[in-house]
Amino acid sequence: MVKKVGIEVSVAIGEAVRLANADVVAAYPITPQTHIVEHLAELVADGDLDAAYIPVESEHSAMSACLGSAAAGARTFTATAGQGLELMHEVLYVASSMRLPVVMAVANRALSSPLSVWGDHSDVMAVRDTGWIQIFTENGQEVVDNVLCAFKIAEDRKVLLPVMIHLDGFHLSHVIEPIVFPEQEAVDKFLPINNFPFALHPAKPVTMGDFAPPIIYPEAKWAQEVNLRASKEVILRTWQEFGQAFGRHYSPVESYKTEGARVLLLTMGSFSETAMTVIDKLQGEGRKVGLVRLRLWRPFPFEELRQAVKGAETLIVVDRALSFGGPGGPVCSEVRSALYGQDKKPKVVSFVAGLGGRDITPAGFETIINRGIAIAQKGSANEFEIFGVRGADAEL
Amino acid sequence: MTKPEGEYTWKDLEVGAIVTEPGNAAQYKTGDWRSQKPTYDFAKCIKCGLCQIYCPEGCVVQNDEGCFEADMFYCKGCGICARECPTRVITMVEEEE
Repeated sequence: MVKKVGIEVSVAIGEAVRLANADVVAAYPITPQTHIVEHLAELVADGDLDAAYIPVESEHSAMSACLGSAAAGARTFTATAGQGLELMHEVLYVASSMRLPVVMAVANRALSSPLSVWGDHSDVMAVRDTGWIQIFTENGQEVVDNVLCAFKIAEDRKVLLPVMIHLDGFHLSHVIEPIVFPEQEAVDKFLPINNFPFALHPAKPVTMGDFAPPIIYPEAKWAQEVNLRASKEVILRTWQEFGQAFGRHYSPVESYKTEGARVLLLTMGSFSETAMTVIDKLQGEGRKVGLVRLRLWRPFPFEELRQAVKGAETLIVVDRALSFGGPGGPVCSEVRSALYGQDKKPKVVSFVAGLGGRDITPAGFETIINRGIAIAQKGSANEFEIFGVRGADAEL
Repeated sequence: MTKPEGEYTWKDLEVGAIVTEPGNAAQYKTGDWRSQKPTYDFAKCIKCGLCQIYCPEGCVVQNDEGCFEADMFYCKGCGICARECPTRVITMVEEEE
């Protein structure tokens, strides 16, 4: 019997990792990720998950321990957030460059200072270029499903890359939701045992992360780039297989009521669900407004995005991070770049909102849409608009 | 390596650029980093081996006479051997190559 239970999303992630039968968890607790690793520690201590739990002294060590365990061929999981992700930063590159299939849940959090434990996408955007596959989720069910998919994607012989599953800190990590857990047998069938082809063994020594002078380094980096781009095929196949097995379907760019819409809103993460209710309301009033949600952040789904927005006149992108002194919203910057060479493309308007856990309410999204339409018509001297900041809104 | 590094395309590299052939660092010529090289007055050599112990490259070996001498394929010319030699056998001179 498939179980549907009311459970905190963080705890549900621990349960998903148990279902995936992870061999090693190395993690350092940090708000708002703490409940994920607390539950995993409990599962291991109680004997409910036959894994090694490595309590480390920092996130830098957490990721370093993950490298070692993944290199030994163990199915490896960790989780972090905000400052913790930043402390891991240099090791994240090593994980992807050495092609180690680590899976990590990131409870997205703002960055200091001022100190904030609340959610936004500043931490995600700072690790954008670390070579990891990155997937945004919107609700607890999506997190559980995608943690299972992440192991299958990461460990695929054609991929062998680490995967980050992004979930909004607090807004998602700390809410109690009804979640369907698949049966162990079905998970085992979907997710074969990890068979890392280069597992460290004394009888077959290899050197990982070795020294590369200029004569070989660019070839190594290009191989990595080709591989990350090619991983999309496996990601798509894995979501398809997951859909067939469990009846829930995922795609790199997801459209909500976009048919005939002249104005599209683009969001990532849990705020997309708020945005959906706004789209429902506006369509009820006869307005041609739809929603596009970016699920796959890396590798960036260029073709799917172009398809999703091709009929629209205006595209309003809402980022939850600031690229200081730059284009404003990092996601919008990439969306603009993806559309720039297209003959027919919507006018793209960039908003930054919801920093440091600030809510974007349904009324807020409605204002963003209305302002976005006005900016698309009249133009703006600004690269982007900030929304919901006292004293800054008045200029709009 | 079966061919010079410069002939490897990105497709030839192992996954993650890992090295599957143990010990191939021995093929890496560190001797061409040198700006100075050691010269020897072996008449003063007491064969104590201190230069071998101190050499950070591990490239000092005993020659047929039992005296200690750097392998110039690896010697980076750091001069530590010359500084540590108790009988001043070794003098560092400009590399002329």
